[in-house]
Amino acid sequence: MEYTIFILILPFLSFLFLGLAGKWMSHRAAGLVGTLTLGAVAAMSYLTAFLYFTAPRLADGTFATLIPVNFEWLPFTSTLSIDMGVLLDPISVMMLIVISTVSLMVHIYSFGYMKGERGFQRYYSFLSLFSMSMLGLVLATNIFQMYVYWELVGVSSYLLIGFFYTRPAAIAASKKAFIVTRFADLGFLIGILVYSYYGGTFSFHPDSSMLMAGGAAMMPLALGLMFIGGAGKSAMFPLHIWLPDAMEGPTPVSALIHAATMVVAGVYLVARMFPLFIVYAPGVLHIVAYVGAFTAFFAASIACVQSDIKRVLAFSTISQIGFMMVALGVCTSLDPNLGGLGYMASMFHLFTHAMFKSLLFLCAGCIIEQVHSNEMSAMGGLRKYMPVTHIAFLIACLAISGIPPFSGFFSKDEILTASFNFSPIMGWVMAIIAGMTAFYMFRIYFGIFWGTENKELHEKLHPHENPLTMTIPLVILAGITCVAGFIPFGQFISSNGQAYHIDIELSTALTSIIIGVVSIALAIFMYMRPTQPVADSLARKFKELYTAAYHRFYVDEVYQFITHRIIFGCISTPIAWIDRHIIDGLLNFSAWSAYATSDSIRSLQSGRVQQYAFVFLLGALALILLLIL
Amino acid sequence: MDYSQFLNMKEEISLITVILILFVVDLFIAPEEKSSCKKYPRGMGTLLPVVLLTIQTLINIVPSAPVEAFGGMYQYVPMQTIIKTVLNIGTIIVFLMAHEWLNREDTYFKRGEFYILTLSTLLGMYFMISAGHFLMFFIGLELASVPMAALAAFDKYRHHSAEAGAKYILTALFSSALLLFGISMLYGTIGTLYFSDMPAKLDGDMLQIMAFVFFFSGMGFKISLVPFHLWTADVYEGAPVVVTSYLSVISKGSAAFVLMTILIKVFAPMVAQWQEVLFWIITISITIANLFAIRQQNLKRFMAFSAISQAGYIMLGVISGSAQGMSALVYYILVYLVANLGAFAVISNIEQRSGKVEIDDYNGLYQTNPKLSFLMTLALFSLAGIPPFAGFFSKFYIFMAAFHSGFHLLVFIALINTIISLYYYLLIVKAMYINQNDAPIATFKSDVYAKTSFAICLVGIVGLGFVSIIYQAIDQLAFGM
Repeated sequence: MEYTIFILILPFLSFLFLGLAGKWMSHRAAGLVGTLTLGAVAAMSYLTAFLYFTAPRLADGTFATLIPVNFEWLPFTSTLSIDMGVLLDPISVMMLIVISTVSLMVHIYSFGYMKGERGFQRYYSFLSLFSMSMLGLVLATNIFQMYVYWELVGVSSYLLIGFFYTRPAAIAASKKAFIVTRFADLGFLIGILVYSYYGGTFSFHPDSSMLMAGGAAMMPLALGLMFIGGAGKSAMFPLHIWLPDAMEGPTPVSALIHAATMVVAGVYLVARMFPLFIVYAPGVLHIVAYVGAFTAFFAASIACVQSDIKRVLAFSTISQIGFMMVALGVCTSLDPNLGGLGYMASMFHLFTHAMFKSLLFLCAGCIIEQVHSNEMSAMGGLRKYMPVTHIAFLIACLAISGIPPFSGFFSKDEILTASFNFSPIMGWVMAIIAGMTAFYMFRIYFGIFWGTENKELHEKLHPHENPLTMTIPLVILAGITCVAGFIPFGQFISSNGQAYHIDIELSTALTSIIIGVVSIALAIFMYMRPTQPVADSLARKFKELYTAAYHRFYVDEVYQFITHRIIFGCISTPIAWIDRHIIDGLLNFSAWSAYATSDSIRSLQSGRVQQYAFVFLLGALALILLLIL
Repeated sequence: MDYSQFLNMKEEISLITVILILFVVDLFIAPEEKSSCKKYPRGMGTLLPVVLLTIQTLINIVPSAPVEAFGGMYQYVPMQTIIKTVLNIGTIIVFLMAHEWLNREDTYFKRGEFYILTLSTLLGMYFMISAGHFLMFFIGLELASVPMAALAAFDKYRHHSAEAGAKYILTALFSSALLLFGISMLYGTIGTLYFSDMPAKLDGDMLQIMAFVFFFSGMGFKISLVPFHLWTADVYEGAPVVVTSYLSVISKGSAAFVLMTILIKVFAPMVAQWQEVLFWIITISITIANLFAIRQQNLKRFMAFSAISQAGYIMLGVISGSAQGMSALVYYILVYLVANLGAFAVISNIEQRSGKVEIDDYNGLYQTNPKLSFLMTLALFSLAGIPPFAGFFSKFYIFMAAFHSGFHLLVFIALINTIISLYYYLLIVKAMYINQNDAPIATFKSDVYAKTSFAICLVGIVGLGFVSIIYQAIDQLAFGM
């Protein structure tokens, strides 16, 4: 399968081509180049997945881990070197499908959504760069290659969030996203260094014989630091603050990067290192679970009161990634029958979530395109004008709420089962958060498509269905959302690699369905009708709580205080003074002395050959003296 | 005598063939001096020598098994093919750069000479590289030096070209004499000059130490190490830019390679001594050259001092004395070659068009010639060793080689000097991009040959660092040294 290298090369070439030559191309041509490239990538990804999963399993029942392409990039010592290559194993192949599918949908969708925007070619070139980086991240053969692409993903996300660079909010958001994730990546980098130092390798599967003495004791630290990097990219509390702001980017970008692919990189990282977590650091894995559960709850509670639909979706994403982290964190063994179920559940949810969440974002894009606003107050009653979008959005809402037969039910059910197996408390907490999910999703569903209609605005704008380039991706993704749950996912991916048969446990399934239905009923009761007396009175009664949640529990303000007041004020200012007066002074002095020295020796360079010969001879004699004495 | 031995020297033989073809062609189509120069043909073009040399490079590009000829006078190992290929690539770039300069009214009728002289020096370097005996080595050295003086004086009615030629030949003679004196002392103490026989007999007594130092200072002259460097700035400034670039890269690179092989092959028993000598030479070369470079106003002089400090870095590979150092050295030469030639290509182009070589003349160059400024910037970044350009990787490898051999202090000194060098390289970048100038050098279009040379340098500067295959290929051969 050497051709898999082209999965990385093609989008990179497209990025270069559109970036360099895009200026002279029409919008249409540039978009076509990007989309066709991605189409080819998607075709290759599907082919790879087909060939990979239909190949016979190994003797122990697992799929072979293939490295079709690999070369040494930077050798450090005879054993430690940075390689670049392509690694195929069940989760990387699964990610290939996710990334290429969503990316292709977004490419097509952007034709309509970005039509006539200034910098259309630049947009497509950035999309190609992002696709290349994200694919490289999942195909990495070693942790360092992953880190390289990890940073590239960060850069392309930065470029895309700040795409509308004339808007100050977009610039601020892109900087915030970059700085926060970079800050977390520092942990990742230190983790990699600790890991490679004690493990003697950058590979994902260190030989236990290579471990330094005491290396096993350092592994929890290394893995914990790596998780910090993952938590930054995957917006886990308290590093989640960049994701809601990142919604300033174009909506298709939010669908691709901030719903389906980049934000699950952290989950992917933990899954990638999963065998090591289980063996060396089960405690750290449980911390992952607690962080995930808290984040899921925290984000869900904020999502219940936001009025900007993209923000609600952003917090919902954070919450759902929390679910995936919990599923990984509750694992206690490599065997899916003995407490390793969560691994499969997490990857399954990653897959289904990528599809229905990108669908939700693309629907949101369709709506925003028509009403020119993200606020729910500009919407309401839109079901009459946009039937396709309405149905697609409804399907996605049902999926995320965990209603069968939509895909979200199956994956969320596995997560809940895994959580209940871990501890009943964790199970109930996650079940309640699942209920909150259903509630806030139907809250915005009713707020957009039913509820109070903003007649005045709608008469002016005449909302209607968007062109086919935008609705076709919706239909495709909605179709996937309807059927994805029936994929026998455990056959392909499980914690020990062997085939695992998914059983729907009746009690858990019933619990989750009942909670989901009750929450939806509550949302219907509160938000479906044109006036919402219950919701308003609740908001009045719990005014403090409501305001706090609306302001996202003031986490951003805490960050502002810490960075501006404490770090800038108490640390940076004195350091800046020392830098300006003492360090610069020393440097200026050294520069001055270098200058003075060179002034005093310039007479050596007189232009007279006799003198040159003389110095030459003196130099030789001095060397002889040096050696003899 | 077995004449088939000549076939073992296929690299040299093919180069001689190229020289002879050019010589004959030049005899028949060379235009008369002061003839009606507007009329075609104007003698041989740039294309013929470039194509011939490219063919010569390609047929010799694959290393063959080690052989020797003439009872060990000539010794070939695969690594030599790599360095010879590198030198050839550099020479091709120099030929491309030279096109416009040679087309001038006062040089076009003698352009054939330029190619023959240049290739003769290259041939000398080939012999030097493949020598298995000090006599052979010395002949190669002289063959590389004498035509070089003629090249330096090529523009004899212009600038300080004649002065440069005279200075070069005088200092070269002086250093050759010293080197020959050293070789004779070696012969006197051990009675043989075959490289393979010498290590067993060397014991490091007083006379051998003197011999070694004389030999070393002779090589130090070619590589322009402090304190044997004083000719460099004057010659670089006076000689035509194209010759300067050839001198700074090809001549220096080959000499550094030869020095390393001889130190390892011949002076192996005296490793403690030559490492000590190199330690001091590297330290003062890098430092003093940097101090001088800071205050230069003339770009050619500036590049001279930059070249001296770069030579110091190259010597880091030599001092390590390991196979790793050898591959780092060859890689460094390759990377240095594209970067330095890239910078010189820009300088030469601008001098041809505007006659300007002062740093202040470059103020505001970005506004009028953005592409040239861009190439110059990348070349300087690469010379300074800023990632991700090739110069970073070559410095990385060569520092690592020295570090592995235990020269921690030396690597530290070199690192500090890298920072100083960054300062003066950036001075030029600043001039081109930031400094204001009411009348910057006018916009002009370069000819296709110059553009080709720019493109090769650009690809090298950007690409060499990432294409790890090249370093690995060098590395594999280094063990067969």
